[in-house]
Amino acid sequence: MAAISTEELAREFEGGIKAVDGVELEVAEGEIYGFLGPNGAGKTTTVRMLVTLLQPTGGRAVVAGHDVMEDPAAVRRRIGVALQEAALDPLMTGRELIQLQATLHAMPRSKGRELSDALLERVGLTQAADRRVGTYSGGMRRRLDLASALVHSPSVLFLDEPTTGLDPVSRQAIWEEVERLNGEGTTVFLTTQYLEEADQLADRVGIITSGKLVAEGTPAALKAEVGRPHLELSLVQDALGQDRDAHAHAEQILARFGKAMPSRDGLLMVELERGAAEVGPIVRALDEAGLAVESLDLVRPTLDDVFVAKTGQHLEGSEDPAAGPEPGAEAG
Amino acid sequence: MIERLAANARVVGALGRRSIRQTARRPQLAAPLIVFPTLLLAIQTGGAGRAVDLPGFPEVQSFLAFMLAGAMVQSVMLAGNSGGIALAIDLEMGFTDRLFAAPISRFAIVLGRLAGTAALGGLTAVWFLAIGIVFGVTIEGGPLAVVWIVLLVSAAALAFGGIGAAIALRSGKASVVQGLFPIVFVILFLSTAFFPANLMIEPAATVAEYNPLSFIVEGLREPIVAGFNGEDELAAVASVLGIGAVGLTLSAAAMRGRARRGQ
Repeated sequence: MAAISTEELAREFEGGIKAVDGVELEVAEGEIYGFLGPNGAGKTTTVRMLVTLLQPTGGRAVVAGHDVMEDPAAVRRRIGVALQEAALDPLMTGRELIQLQATLHAMPRSKGRELSDALLERVGLTQAADRRVGTYSGGMRRRLDLASALVHSPSVLFLDEPTTGLDPVSRQAIWEEVERLNGEGTTVFLTTQYLEEADQLADRVGIITSGKLVAEGTPAALKAEVGRPHLELSLVQDALGQDRDAHAHAEQILARFGKAMPSRDGLLMVELERGAAEVGPIVRALDEAGLAVESLDLVRPTLDDVFVAKTGQHLEGSEDPAAGPEPGAEAG
Repeated sequence: MIERLAANARVVGALGRRSIRQTARRPQLAAPLIVFPTLLLAIQTGGAGRAVDLPGFPEVQSFLAFMLAGAMVQSVMLAGNSGGIALAIDLEMGFTDRLFAAPISRFAIVLGRLAGTAALGGLTAVWFLAIGIVFGVTIEGGPLAVVWIVLLVSAAALAFGGIGAAIALRSGKASVVQGLFPIVFVILFLSTAFFPANLMIEPAATVAEYNPLSFIVEGLREPIVAGFNGEDELAAVASVLGIGAVGLTLSAAAMRGRARRGQ
């Protein structure tokens, strides 16, 4: 059974704005699904419908075996939600928040106390448990938000841009926790602006733009769709000025290994039909021809290439996943 | 069914406790409940104490005894406003999304906030009664009147909290709820909170006579200055119930509207 499935899921806002327009999703149990899209693409609207915070205006969605429209309470009992911009009360302590979350899930107070100790330890916040959330750093807030989403051991976890604005260390800590949870069997639906995050964490990726799902598949399959790896190399400059001949000779040699690509900035480029395995033979062939290689790069297609191919634009923020200062200092 | 009700009751209790902690930890929410009404009480009783000598002024032990009910009603109206501001802040920062995504009744979320406001109302009643007793006021209705006043003030706080919550849910903006602050004083001064209706000039006198707030004020004042008067107490309860019904109905409608709009 799929953990999440949608059929023609749609949401139209006042004024006829279609934020989500007929999205079809199928996320298997135990999968990490990365949902990529630029700002305003419909990612958050889709998530808000899946977590029952927003009613669809078209189609249907089934999450953890329950229809979000027909039985939202059953969906809420089975999902964990950590929304964008961690919605935490700065006046509460970390412990109070987890205990409140336990009460919201109908757990007795004693169980809430027990869980708060265990979960705060799990996310490394034991020392800060009785401090007000307002004194937490961005990374600590995200970890607390994640811990609060785990109070009732959800079978499906929704993470809406869980690492936006975090420093690399905090981001890594969140990634490790997500992988650990997934290893324990939790299905994870993750929206992100960071291609690196989707590439590293997601089993499959869906790309949404203008409310429509335009691509879906494993990161490897999506990358393979947009092209093979290519080699970029430059030759050592010939002091006697025979560069042009050497260049042409090198192009002939490279053509034996794959489809030559137009050279750029003095770089020779060739698409490799058999991937990285051909790098060694190419270097040997050039060497035997007396052509010394100065630099060599094997360039593989990235999710950004996939994104550009599918949407015609780069993903905002994708070039610098650590962008954005983190407020406060990591402590405790 | 009973289990579900018990779970929702626990949620209301937990959210009520959070609301009280939030007020205690955010001075700008606590100040209107205690500081402003206490200052106004001190200024008015200190500066206008001779008002009791005016012809037609009701027979009371002191101007302070007369003013206590007004201070309490002022406090609960501001408590309702502060509760609305706190709810609007929760909406603005997305905290309510955390609550809405939990398997609980949405109305329990509003009731939790109102339970906190009611408890704070009760505490302010105790505070003003204590001030009165310390400064020589005798509660004519005795200990039973003290309990009654605390309960009535709590219920009034809940009722005014409903209005604050409705405005917060409708607007979703703390600044809008905060903007109602001056209106609280207009409504207060057009009631018998600080001055008897028979000494006001028209049309203020007529407005004060029929202002629902005046009924609550008189229901609180009588047990302090004279003892229980069934008619006044019934009118006070009816007024609280009416304001509460309007607040809760508007809150429920605003909540449904938010759910529909997906806010």
